Formats: sequence, C-alpha cells, structure tokens
Amino acid sequence: MKDIYLDNNATTKVDHAVVDVMIPYFLEQYGNPSSIHKFADGVAKGLKHARQQVQALIGCEHDSEIIFTSCGTESNSTAILSAIKAQPNKKEIITTTVEHPAILSVCDMLEKEGYTIHRMPVDKAGRLNLAAYQKLLSDQVALVTVMWANNETGTIFPVAEMADMANAAGVMFHTDAVQAVGKIPMMLQDTKIDMLSISGHKLHAPKGIGVLYLRRGTRYRPLLRGGHQERGRRAGTENSASIVGLGKACELALEYIEYENTIVKAMRDRLEKGLTEQIPHCFVTGDMYNRLPNTTDIAFEYIEGESILMLLNKAGIAASSGSACTSGSLEPSHVMRAMDIPYTAAHGTIRFSFSRYNSMSEVDEVLKVMPDIVAKLRKLSPYWEGDAPVADPEKAFAPTYA
Amino acid sequence: MWDYSDKVKEHFFNPKNAGAVVDANATGEVGSISCGDALRLTLKVDDDSEIILEAGFQTFGCGSAIASSSVLTEIIKGMTLDEAAKVTNQDIADQLEGLPPEKMHCSVMGREALQAAIANYRGEVWKDDHEEGALICKCFAIDAVMIEEMVWANKLRTVEDVTNFTKAGGGCAACHEDIEAILEKVLAEKGEKFDPTAAPVEAPAKIAAVKVPLTNLQRIKKIEMVLDSLRPALMADGGDVELVEVIGNTAYVNMTGACNGCQMAAMTIAGIQQRLMEVMGEFIKVVPASEMKKLVNIEVA
Repeated sequence: MKDIYLDNNATTKVDHAVVDVMIPYFLEQYGNPSSIHKFADGVAKGLKHARQQVQALIGCEHDSEIIFTSCGTESNSTAILSAIKAQPNKKEIITTTVEHPAILSVCDMLEKEGYTIHRMPVDKAGRLNLAAYQKLLSDQVALVTVMWANNETGTIFPVAEMADMANAAGVMFHTDAVQAVGKIPMMLQDTKIDMLSISGHKLHAPKGIGVLYLRRGTRYRPLLRGGHQERGRRAGTENSASIVGLGKACELALEYIEYENTIVKAMRDRLEKGLTEQIPHCFVTGDMYNRLPNTTDIAFEYIEGESILMLLNKAGIAASSGSACTSGSLEPSHVMRAMDIPYTAAHGTIRFSFSRYNSMSEVDEVLKVMPDIVAKLRKLSPYWEGDAPVADPEKAFAPTYA
Repeated sequence: MWDYSDKVKEHFFNPKNAGAVVDANATGEVGSISCGDALRLTLKVDDDSEIILEAGFQTFGCGSAIASSSVLTEIIKGMTLDEAAKVTNQDIADQLEGLPPEKMHCSVMGREALQAAIANYRGEVWKDDHEEGALICKCFAIDAVMIEEMVWANKLRTVEDVTNFTKAGGGCAACHEDIEAILEKVLAEKGEKFDPTAAPVEAPAKIAAVKVPLTNLQRIKKIEMVLDSLRPALMADGGDVELVEVIGNTAYVNMTGACNGCQMAAMTIAGIQQRLMEVMGEFIKVVPASEMKKLVNIEVA
C-alpha cells in the first residue's frame, strides 16, 4: 500500500497544477517585476492575476488589500507589530491561550516590553467565553488577535462576531486564519476583520509564501521597509513564482471547497467514528460540532504520542501528536493543557488531518492498523493491565518525579 | 522526527522484557518531569547472591523512553545489585548507540528507576538528587535548573560566566537569548539588574590575546595556560584534558576522566579549539592524541 499522508494541517503537497503555473516564472519570466524588459513584462500581470485569485477565495472588496509576505508567521508578526506601532498609546492586546506560537511568542516578547496581554482561556471543548471577551474590550486595547481555526483540534472561533464586537469598541481585529482559508468559505467584505494571515503551504501552494489581508483604511506600519513592492507595505523583491503558485492554489481551493466540506469531511468522520468505536478509552478533543471539516484530534489514554507516531510511520501512515516528546519541549501541547485534558491523555493525542488527496481506502487502512498499535503500547504501559486501565490509575502508579 | 539510532529503533519496535516480573521483589517507579514520561522497573533478585535474575519494565513514554527501558533490563540481568548500582545513564545511552540531546533524560530516567528499585529491595527509600528543567543548551545538554543553580551559587552575571561555569552556550550559541532570560530572572530575584555589558564575575580565562607571531615554546606555554583556564569547567563534569604534543599549529590532546568516550567530547574539543584561537590570535587545530600515530606514520612513509 502507498504511504498515507494525514498530516495536512502541518503542511500539504503542492498541487501539480500549481507547480505547472510556477515553472515559467523560474525559466522564462524570471525578470524582476520592477524591470522594463521582456523577461519581466508578464510578471506584473501574473502577480495581479494571483492577487485576484486570493481575493476571490477570501471574498475581500479590493485586490489591493492583499499583501504578499514570506509566510504565515511573517503575516502574524507584521499584523501585531503594525497595530502597536500605529497606535502607540494603546498598551493592551487581547488574544487566546490556544494561539499558534507565531502569535504567542510575539505577545510574550511585548509583555516583557511592558504591554498587558490578555490571554483568554477556553473551556474543556476549546471554546471561548464571549461575555468575558466583551469585558476586556476597551480604548486601551491596541489589537485583538484570535485564530480562525485551531491547528490541533480544528475548533473554529466565532471571529466574525468577535470582529464586530471589537469594531464596536473601536479596537483593531486580526485573525490568524492559516488553517481556515481554503477549508471553510469566507466573505471578508461582510465582516469587520481588519487583518488576516494566510499561509500558502497549508493549501497546496509552496512553502515560503504567505498573505496578509489588510482592510482598506486600516492604520498600518510595515515590518520590512525598503523598495516600493506591495505598495511600500512589504519591501523585498516579489517571490513571483510562489505568488503565482499561491494564486492558482487559491483558485483550486475555491473550486474544491464544497468537496472539502462533504467528501473530505466524510473521510474524517468515518475515521473518527471507526477509531472511537473500535478502541476503548479514547476521545475526540475540541469542539465536536464546530470544527474544520478535515481535522480530528483523538486522545488515546495511557500511552504516549511519539510512540504511536513511530509505529504509525512504520505502517506507512503520517500523522502528528500533541505530546511533549515530539517537540522536545517540557509540556504536552499548550492547547491540550488549556482545555484541561488530563495529562495521561494529553500525551497520547494524535491529530489526523485530511486533504482532497486522501481517499476512503486510506481511512480503512488506518482503521485496520490503529487498534493493534494502541494495544501494543498499552501492553507496555504501567497504567494498563490486561484489557483495561488499572483501577484508579493515578494512584496505582504514582512514580517519583524528578 | 528524531534521528534515532538503529539500536533505539530495534529496542522500540521489539522491546525486551516488557511487562512486570511475576513475584518481583524489587520495584522502582520514577517519572521525568521534563516530558511526562514514567517508568516502573520490576526485578527478581536472588536473595543469597543478590544477582538480578529477571528484570521487566512498564513505560508510559516516547520511543527513546521505551528503548532506554528495554536496554536497561538487558544490561542489568545477571548483574549483582552492587554492579547494577554502578550503571550510569551514559551506559544506557551508549548501549543504544547514542540518544539525541533532548532525549538524554530518558536514559537518566532509566538509571533512576534502577536506583529506586535497588533502594526498594534494600528497604530504603530512594531520593532523587537532582531536579531537571527545560533543556537550554542543546550542544552540551544543560538544562535551566542547572544554569539557575550555578548562577545563584557562583554569583554569575553574564552569558560568558554561564558558559565558563556550565559549558552552556559554548557551542552553537543559539541559546544565548535563553541564558540571558535566566540571568535576568535570577538577578531580579536577587534584587540586581542584568547588564549584558557587565564584566565577567571572575576572569579565570583572561589571558591577554597575542599580537606577535609565537615561537613554538611560547605557543606551548600559551596553550597550557588556556587549557588550565578551561580545566575547572571540565572537572566539574568529572573530566579533564592534557596536552600531549604540539606540532606546528596542531595541538594533540588527551580527553581523560568522564570526557574520555563522552559523546560530547567532539563538541568539547571544538570548544577548546575556539578558545585557543581567540587567545592565540592564530589558527590552531585541536586533535585527539589518538590521531597522532596516523600522522607519524604518514611522515615516516
């Protein structure tokens, strides 16, 4: 059986059609878009077309609201730092405890510089409390930055509603939408979202290309200054091949968005149902009823994620885990901790994330091997005996921690 | 994904002695706070000879934790308790043909479980002698708790101090921001302020840089001075270095004590070379003395 890739929230395969449109920009139209000669005369047109393709996918009003960047992380840093530089008197930022490190690390740094960071907690299903959010909004807040969909659980936050609330309070609103764009339909011109981050490689474009959507009229300060590229809002020679590739990827994403929400979703649902029915002591994390169609994150209790991934990898299946060991960090995923998932489960979370390249037969293959993998590791676990966890696991095995 | 050795994979995919030993008379249960892994080691010890007849493990943890547990049981079977007590985490890592620096604590957990099981057999209670923190320096596997303790104990003020006392930050230097953060935190607790431009707390290695070309004798003396200045840091780890020969710009050294055969020896030698070049102001190559023979042979030939 061919290897099975179920780690599409980490990154995706570049679509063949995307590679095809990129090649001429390496070999023929390789001129600098700013140059006046025939090696460059098609580039500006290519970039303009790509901008319109991105515009169509996210439903923004003007194509000039699209700023091409080098990645989702750059878009996030640009958005946050722009908001505070443009409003130097406001010293507070509202975010959540479950954001990507590309947001949290920037906020941590700003906290050291004297900013007040409000990190909103989530409940056990990963949901925010909007009444508490309302109370945090004030004229002291420079920016609200809240992810559209969580990378680990797929849980969707009500960003449109939250942007309305921020707007009513006169507060700028940014959303890290790298997981959401291309997976769920959006129409930004109908929202009050001021800034939004996109990452190309999450939707079958290459790595190293991103977008910052900047609503017309939003006060802005560039992160990178230099040439006049992107209307002076992001200096640096345009990554023309990747921009054109991202445009094509957005066009395809729009074409497949229904497929994503029907057929891809059906694959995810079948896998999730099959695993939770066949394997005892496992559960789905996040908000079951308000999630990305392609993501499921399942906690397998009493075993550890990296071990599961190694055995899955041996069976030719790629997924990822929220366990501490896979990242070399101290703690299991901050998202699992924020949802108060017990630690014997948080370490055993496995995220399966689909794309339009997956198939039902792949789902069946995972369903075939996963029960044995879990059983094999549970046999090694001090929390497990025979066919069930030991009685009162936390007491039966209470090691000395060092 | 980690770059695990074949040996680690072998022990992970086909673990030896998995499960609890029936009628065990020694049990050790420990966990590593640094990644949430935990291990129960059960032994069956012959009461007369104190020989470990059987060993079994149950591990909640990652690939290298399971492999470390498995290889540990293989190492200690047939040993007496006294022999087993001498098994170090380095022995476990060596048997696995090495572990990534972030995963060395898995081998530490194995050693601790063994110590705990031996204590349990002897009716004692095992007490852990060190606390483990977040890994800061990946080149030399130094964690935050170790750095904090050294900063407190030795009144360290700068990143250079921390490197002199713990080796942390002496390799690729990528962790210097994290070390500064620790200094900031500890100094704040002491009511002081971190100043990145402060002079090192003491200057054991402050040997004036050389401006003019050196004679061979001067070079050897200078190298000895630099090695002397680095010695305390090595000895803190139970190791040492001796200068064997200097030929041209190549210094041949012997790494002794714990440095001998240590996985970090190559990194340490690179660090020594870096320090020598800084002080001598010329290119110096540091080579293990074991390589000297090859060179002589080439010259003879």
